[in-house]
Amino acid sequence: MLTFAIRRLILAVPTLLFIGLVIFLLLELAPGDPMADQPLTIPPEVREQMRQALGLDQPWWVRFSLWLYQIAVVEPQVLIDHLFGTSFAEGKARIISWQTKFPVMDIIVQRLPQTLWVVGMAYLVGVLIAIPIGIISAVRQYSAFDQIGTFVSMVGFSVPTFFTGVLMIVIFSVNLGWFPSIYNTQLRVTDWDSFLQQLRQMAMPVFVLALYNASQISRYMRASMLDNLQQDYVRTARAKGMTERTVVLRHVLRNSMIPVVTVIALGIPSIFGGAIITEQVFKVNGLGQLLIIAINANDLPMVQTLTFMFAVLIVLFNLIADILYGILDPRIRYD
Amino acid sequence: MTDGAAPVLDVRDLRTVFRTRGGAVHAVNGVSFSLKAGELLGVVGESGSGKSVTMMSLLRLVPSPPAEVTGGAVLFEGRDLLRLPEAELRRLRGGRIGFVFQDPMTSLNPVFTVGYQIMEPLRVHLGLSRRAARDRAAELLSLVGIPDARSRLSDYPHQFSGGMRQRVMIAIALACNPKVLIADEPTTALDVTIQAQILDLMASLREKLGMAVIWITHDLGVIAGIADRVMVMYGGQIVEHGPVEAIFGNPSHPYTRALLTTVPRVRGERPRRLTVIEGQPPLLTAPPDFCTFRDRCSQAYEICDRLNPQRYPVGEGHDAACFLCDPGLAPQSAAPRVAHV
Repeated sequence: MLTFAIRRLILAVPTLLFIGLVIFLLLELAPGDPMADQPLTIPPEVREQMRQALGLDQPWWVRFSLWLYQIAVVEPQVLIDHLFGTSFAEGKARIISWQTKFPVMDIIVQRLPQTLWVVGMAYLVGVLIAIPIGIISAVRQYSAFDQIGTFVSMVGFSVPTFFTGVLMIVIFSVNLGWFPSIYNTQLRVTDWDSFLQQLRQMAMPVFVLALYNASQISRYMRASMLDNLQQDYVRTARAKGMTERTVVLRHVLRNSMIPVVTVIALGIPSIFGGAIITEQVFKVNGLGQLLIIAINANDLPMVQTLTFMFAVLIVLFNLIADILYGILDPRIRYD
Repeated sequence: MTDGAAPVLDVRDLRTVFRTRGGAVHAVNGVSFSLKAGELLGVVGESGSGKSVTMMSLLRLVPSPPAEVTGGAVLFEGRDLLRLPEAELRRLRGGRIGFVFQDPMTSLNPVFTVGYQIMEPLRVHLGLSRRAARDRAAELLSLVGIPDARSRLSDYPHQFSGGMRQRVMIAIALACNPKVLIADEPTTALDVTIQAQILDLMASLREKLGMAVIWITHDLGVIAGIADRVMVMYGGQIVEHGPVEAIFGNPSHPYTRALLTTVPRVRGERPRRLTVIEGQPPLLTAPPDFCTFRDRCSQAYEICDRLNPQRYPVGEGHDAACFLCDPGLAPQSAAPRVAHV
């Protein structure tokens, strides 16, 4: 298993290099000019100087190599400096956002907590309610619980979050006034009251996203359980005199979790990708919102870096999913 | 039945119905038999004759829904298993009554070790400690002829061959020294030498533990060698039942006779071509009020369409459900049927 993990990690390097290059070239090809926002009164020679300052006069492969060096060497050094108080990165140029003239990574680190709190929490809540729902739905197939669960997850999965989100705002913020409709990033949780306030402002976006996630995962869980409930080993377990509880929660669940855990692990990178639409609806200024703004402003270093980070996470969680699969299923051996 | 020993298992008029979307299928239609301590009862019949469903119905192991045991009684140690509360029935399953299923490739849970799966009933029914259960599990594995048993306890089923898995299944069924072992084609997946080992093992366990065995099989050769009594099933009913010598020496039901002609003989003169019984067992959408074998029977009479024959005695502890065996109904007087629609 360890050699497998190491081999996969090494293989991830060329994969990520290639992904980074493709993203860079696609952004190169995309129309748009980072100078487009600047006033038309700026004379052409000044405009040219500004281009040079951004490094836009260099050929693409120079710019790509520089970005690669910065993301692979400089930014990790900054992180190490920050953690251990060293000064490896001193005087080295970091990846700078064209829009804000501020290091891209610093902005990402600022935005990360909001995304993790809201989207991450929604994912966690979604998984935690989806698994029991999937189990009960499968064990009591076609019961009232299963029918309602199927209907709700159908609705949750097919109605887009911008609709449920706005609906929630209309009902709970505008009409009932229970929850704020705008997420306040400035809020610092210091005491009980601010904690409650934080919970209140998280409630709606978390609910909307959790509904969506739970709909999907509970379907997987149900299907996987149903698959396994019909297996011969279930009959064997019953014939051994095991209680129904042991049969379902040990014998069947352990087998059913194998594909579901993989699905859950593969879904985790999407947390960091942010829920672009939901973040917009609830004004949560997380990573998804950051990406949208950067795209609109032609802030190529920001778009490039964010997209690349998502790619890293996807590659990483693919590996984690494979490893989990190997741990849960003794028939899979990677050596 | 014939000699005075009280039966350990007494099944009376058992009926099981599968309620499917396409309508009801009557899989078991009034099966009655009994099993004495230490005896081996062979159950034969082709696929779809209701053998497995009958045996699973005894312990209410048929999947419900769609299946439902609709009638009858299964008396074991003075109690009716069909009316026992679930919790008490569970104590018997795997404890007093062991069950070996037919498909060893899928009957073990792939994600638990073999040792864990053998230890489970030991811990639940006998309340053994982990260590004691492990010792007993190793003992059971070597009992069923798996070498190096102790170290193999921590292996997973996929690390075992088909025959070894089947032996693991047998070890699980034997774990708690059951009074009754129900074995559904336990040696079908095994090669002949292993099969012989398992048969020897069964014989010695029956002697040692006084365990009664119900042995379901297609293999008439095995049955002839090991069974005390034989039950021939067809259409969810027992069509012939008797001591093994009587069944093989004096088969009285046309189905039994037809079955026996499908067995190749090794010794003796070179036989005629192996025969095949044409057609398939019926799919019964209602309890039969006719002889279920009529469509495939070479000796069917007009009465076979109107009445379902009862089991007529034809010898000492030997009976057959066929009008040909009805002493009060001379077959000559019944009009031979020309054609059946």
